[in-house]
Amino acid sequence: MIVSPKNAATERLVCPCLSLIVSLFLAVGVSLKANDYLTEVKPILRENCYRCHAGDQPKSGLRLDTAAALIKGGNRGGVIIPGNAKSSALIEVLTGTHAQIPPMPYRDTPLSPEAVDTIARWIDSGAHHPTDEIPEEHVHWAFKKPTRPLPPDNKTRFFAKNAIDHFIFSRLTDSKLLPSPEASREVLLRRLYLDIVGIPPSTDAIDAYLTDYSINATEKVIDELLSSPQFGERWGRHWLDIARYADSNGYSIDSPRSIWRYRDYVVDAINGNLPFDQFVTEQLAGDLLPQPTRQQLIATGFHRNTQINQEGGIDREQFRIESVVDRVATTGSAFLGLTIACAQCHDHKFDPIRQSEYYQFFAFFNNQDEPTIETPLEHELVARDKYQAALSHLEKAIQESESKIQQRIFDWEKHLSEADIQELPASYRIILTKPRELRTGDELQELLDHFSEENEAHQALMKRQKDLKRKRPRVTTTMILRERDKKRDTHIHIKGDFTRHGEKVEPGTPSILNPFQGSDRANRLELAHWLASEENPLLARVTVNRIWQQYFGRGIVETENDFGTQGIPPSHPALLDWLAIEFIESGWDVKALHKKILMSTTYQQSSKVSASHAMIDPDNRLFGRQTRMRLESEIVRDVALTAANLLSTRIGGPSAHPPQPKGVMTLGQVQRSWKPDEGENRYRRGLYTFFWRATPHPALTVFDSPDAFSTCSRRIRSNTPLQALTLLNDPAYFEIALVLADRIKSLNCDSDKSRVKEAFRICLSRFPSRAETRHLLAAIQAPDRSESKDKWLFLARILLNLDETITRE
Amino acid sequence: MNSSPLARSTRRHFFSQCGLGLGSVALTSLLRQEGLAASAHSAAPHFAPRAKNVIYMFMAGGPSQLELFDYKPDLVALNGQAIPDSYLEGRRFAFMDSSFKERSKLLGTRREFTQHGQSGMWMSNLLPHTAKIVDEITMVKSCATNLFNHAPAKLFMNTGSGQFGRPSIGSWVTYGIGSECDNLPGFVVLQSGPRGPRGGAVNWGSGFLPTTYQGVPLRGQGEPILNLTNPKNITSKSQRDLIDSVNQLNLQRLVETNDPEISTRIAAYEMAYRMQTSAPDLIDLAGESAATLNLYGVEKDKPSYARNCLLARRLVERGVRFVQLYHTSWDSHGGPGETLQGDFEKVCHQVDQASAALIIDLKKRGLLEDTLVVWGGEFGRTPMGENRKTTGRNHHIDAFSMWFAGGGTKKGFQLGETDELGFSPTEDRAHVHDIHATMLHQLGLNHEALTFRSQGRDFRLTDVHGSVLHKMLA
Repeated sequence: MIVSPKNAATERLVCPCLSLIVSLFLAVGVSLKANDYLTEVKPILRENCYRCHAGDQPKSGLRLDTAAALIKGGNRGGVIIPGNAKSSALIEVLTGTHAQIPPMPYRDTPLSPEAVDTIARWIDSGAHHPTDEIPEEHVHWAFKKPTRPLPPDNKTRFFAKNAIDHFIFSRLTDSKLLPSPEASREVLLRRLYLDIVGIPPSTDAIDAYLTDYSINATEKVIDELLSSPQFGERWGRHWLDIARYADSNGYSIDSPRSIWRYRDYVVDAINGNLPFDQFVTEQLAGDLLPQPTRQQLIATGFHRNTQINQEGGIDREQFRIESVVDRVATTGSAFLGLTIACAQCHDHKFDPIRQSEYYQFFAFFNNQDEPTIETPLEHELVARDKYQAALSHLEKAIQESESKIQQRIFDWEKHLSEADIQELPASYRIILTKPRELRTGDELQELLDHFSEENEAHQALMKRQKDLKRKRPRVTTTMILRERDKKRDTHIHIKGDFTRHGEKVEPGTPSILNPFQGSDRANRLELAHWLASEENPLLARVTVNRIWQQYFGRGIVETENDFGTQGIPPSHPALLDWLAIEFIESGWDVKALHKKILMSTTYQQSSKVSASHAMIDPDNRLFGRQTRMRLESEIVRDVALTAANLLSTRIGGPSAHPPQPKGVMTLGQVQRSWKPDEGENRYRRGLYTFFWRATPHPALTVFDSPDAFSTCSRRIRSNTPLQALTLLNDPAYFEIALVLADRIKSLNCDSDKSRVKEAFRICLSRFPSRAETRHLLAAIQAPDRSESKDKWLFLARILLNLDETITRE
Repeated sequence: MNSSPLARSTRRHFFSQCGLGLGSVALTSLLRQEGLAASAHSAAPHFAPRAKNVIYMFMAGGPSQLELFDYKPDLVALNGQAIPDSYLEGRRFAFMDSSFKERSKLLGTRREFTQHGQSGMWMSNLLPHTAKIVDEITMVKSCATNLFNHAPAKLFMNTGSGQFGRPSIGSWVTYGIGSECDNLPGFVVLQSGPRGPRGGAVNWGSGFLPTTYQGVPLRGQGEPILNLTNPKNITSKSQRDLIDSVNQLNLQRLVETNDPEISTRIAAYEMAYRMQTSAPDLIDLAGESAATLNLYGVEKDKPSYARNCLLARRLVERGVRFVQLYHTSWDSHGGPGETLQGDFEKVCHQVDQASAALIIDLKKRGLLEDTLVVWGGEFGRTPMGENRKTTGRNHHIDAFSMWFAGGGTKKGFQLGETDELGFSPTEDRAHVHDIHATMLHQLGLNHEALTFRSQGRDFRLTDVHGSVLHKMLA
């Protein structure tokens, strides 16, 4: 109901009209003069066709990057008949009149009638072309290293705060559009808070900002928020989406796992502004760094966020391979914005990545063990130490007791006669007849065991030791990667089938990208260095694009996870490269990048859609305004908790169990329990909610939390009745509404009206308009809500259900 | 949605009070949005459909076709003999390590098979009720899948991929042609049996499609849909007032911002309110006659597969597009609780009467023509037995049986055949992708054209495979 499939109807409408126009042109085409292939025809083909029909693996076997290849045709045979454009298949597909082949360019804007006519005239005139034409070296933009562009001049009357605005304004001017005015200060402040820390501003913070008339008032807020620890929580969550973080193993059994240390690593790294190249390196290869710190080991949990199948009867190797496949796909997507995974079964259909290169990339991830390490917390260490002390104490006592028993055995032996010995059971007889120095360790032990069994004091000690060991204090563990000493060979899997081995390959990276200068048997660390290098054309672009996307709802490259040839080209290529270069040259300083975007006029625009913008740029591809965005699942709840003054600000630690409706956990194969936490843990931020892959918390799923099965670089924003039911009826939200009602009741206000206004401001960071106030007053003063308890609960529920409350404007 | 009083008053309000001060843009976008919403309700299929709705009875765990449908006298004759090498070469099975310690021995069924109906279809004596409807169904004996562990195989059967994160068939269908019901979700899931199906919610998840299209589980006990009932001490009137207030204020914001998402939110709150009444009404079986309840074998107030079958009929009556029923568990390895003797009979008994009753009831009400009914598991069972004290069979992906009824499928028809041991199809192999293609086809959808762009490529339910099984279509 919400997201419409691509509107095919308009396309269908376009084609017949177009073909009509073209046939009109063709009808008179004979009289038009012949034209030149190189200067007139080739540019049209280059712009519209080369994407699929050039290079070594053209679609349908048809190359159009030389006239000779074009005339030769593809798998379906010839596409033009020189001298007869009207009967040429090429013209038919371009005008959408071919019986079998869909209109070209495939699912793209049709060529203009003039362009089709140009090609038609060339065909009609005999399709003459130079004989020495060679295909152009065509390198896709994203595979070339970015260079620093010069920001264009600002020709608008709008104030450009930094270079970003120059790039944006210039494209807007080209399209005869103006930027939108700046957002109101209330809206801007709420936007900054929600975007940077994911919590709305307190009324005090609003007052302070609104009365700060200094020129850098906004900058001060931005700086303050970027250094707040909530920044890491807010932006850590985005990275955890990419890392497919969850607290359980997935597949059918879905046992819980302990890997929250990795989650906290991400939050800490972002708060500490760890340079992004290091952030990448530690997560991909922290274990291979010289003398890795504990944090660097924990960081390798990035690739332990794969699922683990614990079902009976599985082929373990199959599922090990599955996790390697996932690691390759995630690495390609997370850092390169490439669909490397497409080359698992065959050469990539669109991007220059061969299947052999896929398995070379695969080889980096084929050599790890997957251990779990202990990462004790402070108090766990104390408990461990106490335990160790008690244990050594006991062990010492046991040793002393044993030597006493030993002594007793000797004493006893001394008094044994030959005859006594002969009466003993055979096993003891043999030992005792041997000279003491010839007895083996086992034999001595056997005697000792026999005597200590009868020694009650010794037995008591042994029992205490056993009991103590059973109570060995557990400590927090986390899952990491560790390189194997003995390397596995990697082979191409024929058609992606791991049971069918092809040629053996060594680790390597796609040759279309920056050269890989690793050793013969390169490991993940070398891969990380290759990735996080300024020579890499993708990492910086992909990263800045993703951050941009979070702030505007759409990336400069809209297909944020596909920078390959099938992705949508950047709307502002120069801006993308400028940001990427700035990012690299700053030493991969993430916070500086955030600040640059936040400080721009572009970011600070109003999100109101003006008539001209709606007409010319309805999807806001030119960023001539801000975009209203429904808050993410975790933040929807964080906002409600903040309004009710319930939100816990504790950072990190084991995942929490906020309440959820009954019956959710019955859906999985193995029924897990969900005992809601009491106290502070009940009101932790959404990112700390324990995430079961098979049965995720419904309030997260309903607001489009990713499923954590595979990497997610952009969340869907749906808008459904189940969301309405959650906000209206979920006992957890109702609990929040009750507390908010109490807060409203206890506000220091002298009238219903001022109470309504203040409550509104708590949730929406602005005062209500007069119409809104009037409506709310009428609503709460209805006769059946005369009791104050009902009145303020009603108001609290309205406020928590408003679209604006769960939206960042 | 258009008929709702609020929607009408909303539009009236829009025209009368906001029209002047508001740019025509907002108005256009509101109307466009409503248009979009409406088109999703009755989105056009690619060609004229034969079926409007689907009821998919998912037999979780993999029922043994050799005990139920695929009668193999030769296998009975060879009972206890080692399976010839030629059958095993190059094949992989679940529990491979343990299966290969000892050469597997063939296991003939101990069940009696007889022919039924005009069509003379073979059916085991374990399914006396299903035996009575053989002339209504198409039995496909040559089904095949790719994956032999439960969770991945279930995913494969539902999403066409063993990887998590792909949309399920119900989501694809509602994405493709929407739903004709405006007070219940378009894709509803019901569950029965001792536990949930392996893999859980991903089996009916929407993957990369918007969550609007995911299956909504209707619960057997308590609230039929999560958060359906008003919070404690909130009256129905108070709830209605609340929604009115919220919608009024949202409308003011819509005027202020011109963001069409707000009109979608207003519509979503209206639908939520309607669901609050319609879902309890749906599960209230008071209006069903004793004869109907007896036909299905529904026991009052007791969650069961039978009750779910009856609910499935009530759902399609209300225009819900895709209904999926899961019943666990058919996993008959031979261990305790999983034997092919006592335990298997119990599961058969749990589903037989109601499955057949659903066909009879749908037909009686003239709904079978428009409803495609599917019955089957994620895979079948091996012709070899498992070496245990009691007998069972292992997972088998090369050949198993499913049946279909209504929605333009043939009546009293058998598609495909297997070899004398029931190991592999010998004709008309019906792979999962083919089955998916066929189901979509009956709904008027071309499986090659129903795509969604994600992670840089156009995805389909059938990946790059699948052909419509025209032979089974009437």
